[in-house]
Amino acid sequence: MEKRFVYADNAATTKVYPEVAQEMLTYLTEEYGNPSSLHSMGQRAKKALESARERIAKCINAEPSEIFFTSCGTEADNWAIRGASAVYAKVNKIEKPHIITTKIEHHAVLHTFKALENQGYEVTYVDVDENGKVSPEAIVSAIKDNTCLITVMYANNEMGTIEPIADIVKAVKAVRNIPFLTDAVQAVGNIPVDVKELGVDMLSFSGHKIHAPKGVGCLYVKKGTRLRNLIEGGAQERGKRAGTEAVASIMAMAKALEISIEKFSETDELIKKRDRLIEGVTSLPDTLLTGHPTERLPGNASFVFKGIEGEGLLFLLSSMGICASTGSACSSASLEPSHVLTSMGIPVEICHGSLRLTISHETSFDDIEYMIEKVRMVVERLRMMSPIYGN
Amino acid sequence: MEYSEKVMDHFMNPRNVGTIADANAVGEVGNAKCGDIMKIFMKIENDIIEDIKFQTFGCCAAIATSSMATELIKGKTVSDALNLTNKAVIEALDGLPPVKIHCSVLAEEAVKAALANYFRNIGNIAEAEKLEAACDSCCDGCSSCDKH
Repeated sequence: MEKRFVYADNAATTKVYPEVAQEMLTYLTEEYGNPSSLHSMGQRAKKALESARERIAKCINAEPSEIFFTSCGTEADNWAIRGASAVYAKVNKIEKPHIITTKIEHHAVLHTFKALENQGYEVTYVDVDENGKVSPEAIVSAIKDNTCLITVMYANNEMGTIEPIADIVKAVKAVRNIPFLTDAVQAVGNIPVDVKELGVDMLSFSGHKIHAPKGVGCLYVKKGTRLRNLIEGGAQERGKRAGTEAVASIMAMAKALEISIEKFSETDELIKKRDRLIEGVTSLPDTLLTGHPTERLPGNASFVFKGIEGEGLLFLLSSMGICASTGSACSSASLEPSHVLTSMGIPVEICHGSLRLTISHETSFDDIEYMIEKVRMVVERLRMMSPIYGN
Repeated sequence: MEYSEKVMDHFMNPRNVGTIADANAVGEVGNAKCGDIMKIFMKIENDIIEDIKFQTFGCCAAIATSSMATELIKGKTVSDALNLTNKAVIEALDGLPPVKIHCSVLAEEAVKAALANYFRNIGNIAEAEKLEAACDSCCDGCSSCDKH
């Protein structure tokens, strides 16, 4: 096959849709007012901002007053975790707050918990099964008298498994009304998200994963959920999150989310492409799909290959025009293998050979065939020089 | 990960990949859990490394350092090979990112492990034991231990 360029790292970030960039440009060069200004330009910006809030709320079945804009998904996670657990502990006079989460969360969540542990918090990291699924029973059985917050991600960024959030929330709330956060950064825009159906108290997401620019995120906070501020300053976001609103980026996020939802009509087609990619790649020997075979994000195909290491795989694919990702230890600054893959019970030595391909609606069936051909070629090449693979 | 052009060249076009059926010096270091294993094969005749091949399981830097180490000692004497340092491998590759220095250490130690095996094969047990004692690579944690 002739050389192509295939961007298959949409879980890392996405291309800004042209119409989203156009929308953004208007608010950068024409309607650039500060929503806090009283003059006409400021008031128009304020109106635009509130319309974006309404549109985003509608997309996830929330009320506009439950939508708070942040600088990114990580900020939304930090704010929800620190803010909600602190208030709950104070109101309920809990001296040593306890938090429940899972072993497969994103670092935005896990490292926030590590920081809180250093401040005296207690954190339970619940196991997942071999498909990366969290069970409602496991979460419920971790609840203690001092539990102040529960966090379970909606869909995993590395292996794509979608978690049964509604069932988990239902089981938790049957015990006690503990604040519940779901990190939905990978879910929003990729699968339908309805906060009322989920029953969560807080839900975070990010613009740049849904074809809006980097540097904008959102936290849904259910009415009645109490949250301490993370960032102090002006009275923006009804006094809850200071800092001049990134109007252009917020407008872009609203537009991008609407387009993503319109494209749900093409999800079946996307799943067909993903499944062809999975079928083509897993026909290689000693190759495993990671994550749940069916309850996974429509664009996520992730694998482990025995006998090879992921960084080399990535560079070789890149030289062939394919942008992919790996959870290999050698590709990370910490040299730690992926906590997500190891927590699914995949042996450490096999975790080194991981590959994640995350496609979008723009990926064609020809791109899929190209990737299958090149992945097979590269895996075989690296295995040829591996002392631990059949040589 | 930012690699030099030389590292990328030796990763994309590794020299001396393979095995030697009648090798008289074979050494393997590293650990699959750490994600790096290097195996070096040599054919040594009249104190000269006539042929050398390697197999590596590992990242770009592991493959590039193996390739460069074999290039640096191919056709050289055993004592030249004994003097190969990880620093020489790094210099020949125009540098390595700090987190990848251990790959060059592994390459040096793979060469020494092969030479230890050679000394054993020719009955020079004292020299073999000296080399084996100096090699701490057969450790189980090039990426997780703090030896290097």
